[in-house]
Amino acid sequence: MNAITATGLRRSYGDNEVLKGVDLNVQRGTVFSLLGANGAGKTTMVKILSTLIRADSGSASVAGHDVARDPNAVRAAIGVTGQFSAVDNLMTGRENLKLMADLHHLGRAVGKLKVEQLLEKFDLVDAADKSASTYSGGMRRRLDLAMTLVGTPQVIFLDEPTTGLDPRSRRAMWEIVRRLVADGITIFLTTQYLEEADELADRIAVLDNGKIVAEGTADELKRRIHGGHVLLQFNDPRHLEAAARVVHNASRDGEALALRVPNDGSVSSLKALLDQLDEHSVPVDSLSTHTPDLDDVFLALTEKVTQP
Amino acid sequence: MTYVLTDSATMVRRNLKRMIRYPSMTFQLLIMPVVFLLLFVYVFGGTLGAGIGGPTGGRAEYLNYVTPTIILMAITAAVQGTSISIAMDMTEGIVDRFRTMAIARVSVLTGHVIGSLVQTVLAMTFVFGVAVAIGFRPQANFVEWLALAGLLIAMAFALIWFSAALGLASKTVEGSSNIGLPLILLPFFGNGFVPTDSMPAALRWFAEYQPFTPFIDALRGLLMGTPIGNSGYIAFGWCVVIGVGGYLWSKKLFNRESTR
Repeated sequence: MNAITATGLRRSYGDNEVLKGVDLNVQRGTVFSLLGANGAGKTTMVKILSTLIRADSGSASVAGHDVARDPNAVRAAIGVTGQFSAVDNLMTGRENLKLMADLHHLGRAVGKLKVEQLLEKFDLVDAADKSASTYSGGMRRRLDLAMTLVGTPQVIFLDEPTTGLDPRSRRAMWEIVRRLVADGITIFLTTQYLEEADELADRIAVLDNGKIVAEGTADELKRRIHGGHVLLQFNDPRHLEAAARVVHNASRDGEALALRVPNDGSVSSLKALLDQLDEHSVPVDSLSTHTPDLDDVFLALTEKVTQP
Repeated sequence: MTYVLTDSATMVRRNLKRMIRYPSMTFQLLIMPVVFLLLFVYVFGGTLGAGIGGPTGGRAEYLNYVTPTIILMAITAAVQGTSISIAMDMTEGIVDRFRTMAIARVSVLTGHVIGSLVQTVLAMTFVFGVAVAIGFRPQANFVEWLALAGLLIAMAFALIWFSAALGLASKTVEGSSNIGLPLILLPFFGNGFVPTDSMPAALRWFAEYQPFTPFIDALRGLLMGTPIGNSGYIAFGWCVVIGVGGYLWSKKLFNRESTR
């Protein structure tokens, strides 16, 4: 069952076509990350899926409801934490959460309980009665996300949730996101940090210039570009020599007893390599595969084809 | 949408809380009409009163003449706060949060409008209190007081919706704080401070037909217990036109796409 589907989404601002036909599916209970540089169209995508703006063409549904025809049903099922903090700075953390509880019509007792639980869960108890304008960046994001959770949404949109946060606050945010997934919530995350997508996402789509240029798990994406290799470790120089004669294109890895063999890391090519070594009875101490990291993938995929 | 009232009440609470947290703005809006009152009564009042008052003319006469105008200015000053607070809200992320929630959308606006109405009524009461303190003695009977309260609240409500639209239309908070200036000046180009028949022809024509003139006429008559002719109806008609226009314009502006 898909929590989010989008088909052929297009959207322009004036003459500027920001989305040029985007298709995607997000399975329920997973983290989907839309990865892209600034200006790739990530926020526009979130705005369409969260009913803030309409697509020019194409269709999308979230939690089983069409975003254009039934926006209120979508709104009732989602939570959005945008790039800019959406807290009321003149109110305290507790009052902000209470406001959300009231707007979700939770009732006095249930609302109060929920507010206290969220303050606890997001480590905001000490700051609960301080004005949100005095909060640090990390606290503000936590409050923002806590406000999003008051209504127990099925699908949460996180638009660049850690942009501008220090490394510690970023890790804390990641931890929170992981706990949400454990509760069965579907998360649509946009980010420009590959590391973040790698850490959190089940599936990643790379958005570049209004189009999805690649989609898959982090590992699938990494395998899509060349440059991966297998490192064979030996415990005897003679074994190393033997292997070097058997395997083509291998290169010595410096002074170490290791051989570096170009390989895309797929099971079949690994098996072929091992069979080859086995056939010549070359004992290998250990083996490790090295795929390029997401930075390599991202740069390779979003490289500008033409330069003016 | 069964939650319009509940959601609006929630938003009104939010806005009243914000006003309490940010008292300097309320103070600023309150101080302007009081300064005008004191300025016009004590600095200009002697001379202007002699000009309008005939045999009994003077400062006391001018106080009676100008107090209704100053009460109107309490409204026009307070509604600037509506523009500013709405523009402030729109530049912050929280309105986009509201837009993605399954709430009665109009409650975001009604929260501001009702909140401003409370603020405006307090401002009018305060200005009226100052006028009484310096010697203003209204002659209205019970029915006239009711009519007065109805007319003032109608005008406040209308101008608040109009200012809400101005606040939504302005791109920046700074812009919204200037946009209300014509409203503050409008009573000068009418019968607010001097009778219109002392003005040159073109200006007099404008002064006699602009919305604040019948409104001030009606206020003066009701406060002093003198006949008001049809000015009350004309003033109320203006309230309806400004209010409905402001409401529709606000709604249209709020429902257009978020452009941030």
